[in-house]
Amino acid sequence: MSPKLSSEVRLEGVGKRYGEIWAVRDVTLTILPGEFFTLLGPSGCGKTTLLRMIAGFARPDAGRILVDGEPIDAVPPWKRDVGLVFQHYALWPHLTVYENVAFGLRERRLPRAEIAEKVSAALTQVGLEGLEARRPSQLSGGQQQRVALARTLAVQPRLLLLDEPLSNLDAQLRAQMRIELARLQRDLAITTIYVTHDQSEALALSNRVAVLQSGSVVEEGTPEDIYRRPRSRFAAEFVGAANLLPVQVVELRETGVLVEAVGGVRLPVPGDPVRWRTGARALLCLRPEALRIEEATLGRETGFFATVASRVFEGDRHIYEVKVGEGTLLRVELPALGEGRIFRLGDRVRVEFSAESAVLLPQS
Amino acid sequence: MNLPLIRRAHAPGAGTRLWDPEGVLVLALLLLLAAGILYPLLQVLSVAVAGDTGGFTLRHLVAFFRRPLFLESLLNTLATGFLAVLFGSMVGVPLAFLTVRHAFPGKAVLQTLGMLPLVIPPFVGAVAFQQILGRSGMVNLWLLETFGTTLPLMEGLTGVVLVQTLHYFPFIMVNTAAALAGVDPSLEEAAQNLGASGFRLFRRVLLPLALPGYAAGALITFIRVIDDLGTPLMLNYTKLLAPQAYLRVTTVGLTDVDGYVICVILVVLSVLALWGSKAALGLSEYAALQRSAEVEPRRLSGASALAAWLIAAALLGPALLPHVGIFLLSFSKVWSLSLLPTVYTLGNYEEILFRTTGFIWNTLRYALLAAAADVALGAAIAWLLLRGSVRGRGWLDVIATMPLAIPGVVLAVGYLRMFHGWNFPGLGEPLTATWLILVLAYAMRRLPYTVRSAYAALQQLPLALEEAAQNLGANRLRTFARVTAPLMARGLLAGGLIAFITSAVELSSTILLVPRIELGPLSYGIYVYMQSAVGRGPGAALGVVAIVLVGCGTWLAHRLAARGGAGSLFRL
Ligand SMILES: Nc1ncnc2c1ncn2[C@@H]1O[C@H](COP(=O)(O)OP(=O)(O)O)[C@@H](O)[C@H]1O
Ligand SMILES: [Mg+2]
Repeated sequence: MSPKLSSEVRLEGVGKRYGEIWAVRDVTLTILPGEFFTLLGPSGCGKTTLLRMIAGFARPDAGRILVDGEPIDAVPPWKRDVGLVFQHYALWPHLTVYENVAFGLRERRLPRAEIAEKVSAALTQVGLEGLEARRPSQLSGGQQQRVALARTLAVQPRLLLLDEPLSNLDAQLRAQMRIELARLQRDLAITTIYVTHDQSEALALSNRVAVLQSGSVVEEGTPEDIYRRPRSRFAAEFVGAANLLPVQVVELRETGVLVEAVGGVRLPVPGDPVRWRTGARALLCLRPEALRIEEATLGRETGFFATVASRVFEGDRHIYEVKVGEGTLLRVELPALGEGRIFRLGDRVRVEFSAESAVLLPQS
Repeated sequence: MNLPLIRRAHAPGAGTRLWDPEGVLVLALLLLLAAGILYPLLQVLSVAVAGDTGGFTLRHLVAFFRRPLFLESLLNTLATGFLAVLFGSMVGVPLAFLTVRHAFPGKAVLQTLGMLPLVIPPFVGAVAFQQILGRSGMVNLWLLETFGTTLPLMEGLTGVVLVQTLHYFPFIMVNTAAALAGVDPSLEEAAQNLGASGFRLFRRVLLPLALPGYAAGALITFIRVIDDLGTPLMLNYTKLLAPQAYLRVTTVGLTDVDGYVICVILVVLSVLALWGSKAALGLSEYAALQRSAEVEPRRLSGASALAAWLIAAALLGPALLPHVGIFLLSFSKVWSLSLLPTVYTLGNYEEILFRTTGFIWNTLRYALLAAAADVALGAAIAWLLLRGSVRGRGWLDVIATMPLAIPGVVLAVGYLRMFHGWNFPGLGEPLTATWLILVLAYAMRRLPYTVRSAYAALQQLPLALEEAAQNLGANRLRTFARVTAPLMARGLLAGGLIAFITSAVELSSTILLVPRIELGPLSYGIYVYMQSAVGRGPGAALGVVAIVLVGCGTWLAHRLAARGGAGSLFRL
């Protein structure tokens, strides 16, 4: 199936209010043609509401939405040509798989032969040949998901909206569908907005991610950006595991800042000296896999001393919790390669990290 | 009927145009319902409170209470209502308790038998009861021969109450059973745990919890009883409000104020009862607040199962007598002053099936048209209530529910007054001179059933199914046609069937509205045949046709409703 020219979507200060509460507030985003863009956030943060506004099922109370530069707020849903795959599939129980997939094509008044051709192409695309005559109730969850996808792809929309498409599948199927989705999107080069609360899905699939919190975009960027250089505490904690160590800025340097952590340890970390002032309280974000622990007796002046509080072996790695100062716990993940030393509870250790992997965040 | 208005996110695209199709639809439906329900009601009311020179007066209403005949009719009407509810409860509540909380061989059969009284129209039942329990009926003939005495079972008010009790108790049974089934079993178990059992458990725990559902059933029974015109007319007892209104209009004429005043009193009684039943149902929520599990019904076997059957037979037996009576009568050529018919014949069926076929065909035509209109209106109104966005659509619900509290006589009088002397555009004569008036009356009277079932069916439909259709390019009309309507079909059909069968045996407004005898439907035919001794055979044969029609329709509707989500069809 040849892709149409895919579209660009712009949200300009979009907001949606339910009663007194803004479910979505002042969202401004540009999604580029062919991009796989993910809206990531916890349940209730307004992801579905945003998708519904783009699909036309809810009207923004503020701002506007443009597709390829055209405002679409006055366009009814059936004229938007924006394919939405519903979270619970919304397959029509009174129609067969074939009729479900053919629905949109019939609305477009295509000749019968062309419909048959496109239905079978769409079903092939999602790997569902041979089930045309079944009813949705006779399909497994994974198959229903595929029908829902085929139904939307069959009409070749200019935009694909996916609302938590994997959340109703079991773990194994989820992993498999994730790979297939990525392949499909790449092949079709269709602009895709993907909604999920699962950060690993977001990181694995997306060209870019926007992290939402209570209806607002708190952060936007490539998966690497958001994971490696979060700019807010919320994003740091929501995307991946994060150790957040309370620190105080003690000195501004040309290329970074010097902070003081618990126990008076001073650490040079990257950071824009213009954004910080001396004496400010901040949080130092350290990813668990960026930390190393060594025996306390060894080592240099960097890092700080800690005590091993717990250890869990997960096959490919050890996960330690070490206690720094008065009860701040740090999570450390070490690859379980044959020769590495294994620490025991109560061992005194030194925690090391490379300065580049640390990120300084504002406190709130 | 309890239809909360669910507010939904607006449908985009609407509201941006100056006039949108949805607004036009709401307006058109409001006008139709206003003309078919509200206006005739207001006509009746306005005549009742209009002074001689036009102004407002309560004089006629006050005068009503000064007339001994009217006062007696009012008291009699209240008495029939209360007594039918009382005796109906004595039959219906034990049966409900027996079937909900116990399991025994043949229970399903018993439950079906319990619904059978509803299948026979009350005025047909009245004739059958006359034949069996009347002055020269089977029982009294036997009593006379054996003991030299008779029981005046079918005389006057007694007869009316007897017939109505045995016809309407299933309403009480069904509603009570539903309420009992909804009681959280843990409440019952807690009471048992505290030492309550048997009758004490029933009286102190189950009864209070099931009371709201029971009360709703009782009040709907009350409304139907006071609305029933056919039974008293068949039994030739007229000191009740509905027959009095009928007599006033048919003998004194449309200009007689008293007829309208009686109608107003009837409406007030019905509205009070309907309001009461809604309030009662509102209370029922706490009983079903947290349901943990199904109650394990108590298994009965051997002697106790037999006892259950004996109790059920004693309670149900009398209610099933008319079925037998009407069946025998329909095959009898001579059945007079004897226990059983003396000469049997097929002539009665020959008469109604081959010679005077009009009654049956008229019924099918009117009831089908009315049911079809109701299905369309019900679907449209339910859709607007649940999926629409136009202001004022809530009034559709309010007006469409009103017929539940408007007795048939009242609606008929309203129509007669409203269309009197006004040549309907395109017909060249008043609407009341054509059979169309019957279709209108049936459609309006039964509209609450289809609105209710369509509403229930649509409510169960996930919104996403319709949104998915719109997302793929179907506009709202196409979405309705391709997704919403097919998925509501079962519920709609179930409601339509109920509208059809109840229209097919409607007599209260029919009897006033039939323009000429050859335009009369089946119910009217039965009424006319039963006026003469020779007509009783063919009348009974028509009665059997009515029973078959209603029986099949009910059975089908229940099968559809069970899977179509229309809810229980005989509950408020
Ligand atoms: N139709 C609605 N009416 C009222 N509140 C709503 C409606 N839809 C969503 N909300 C509220 O808006 C917020 C965002 O909801 P939603 O977009 O569904 O979140 P998410 O998809 O991220 O879980 C929630 O607090 C939810 O309760
Ligand atoms: Mg959601």
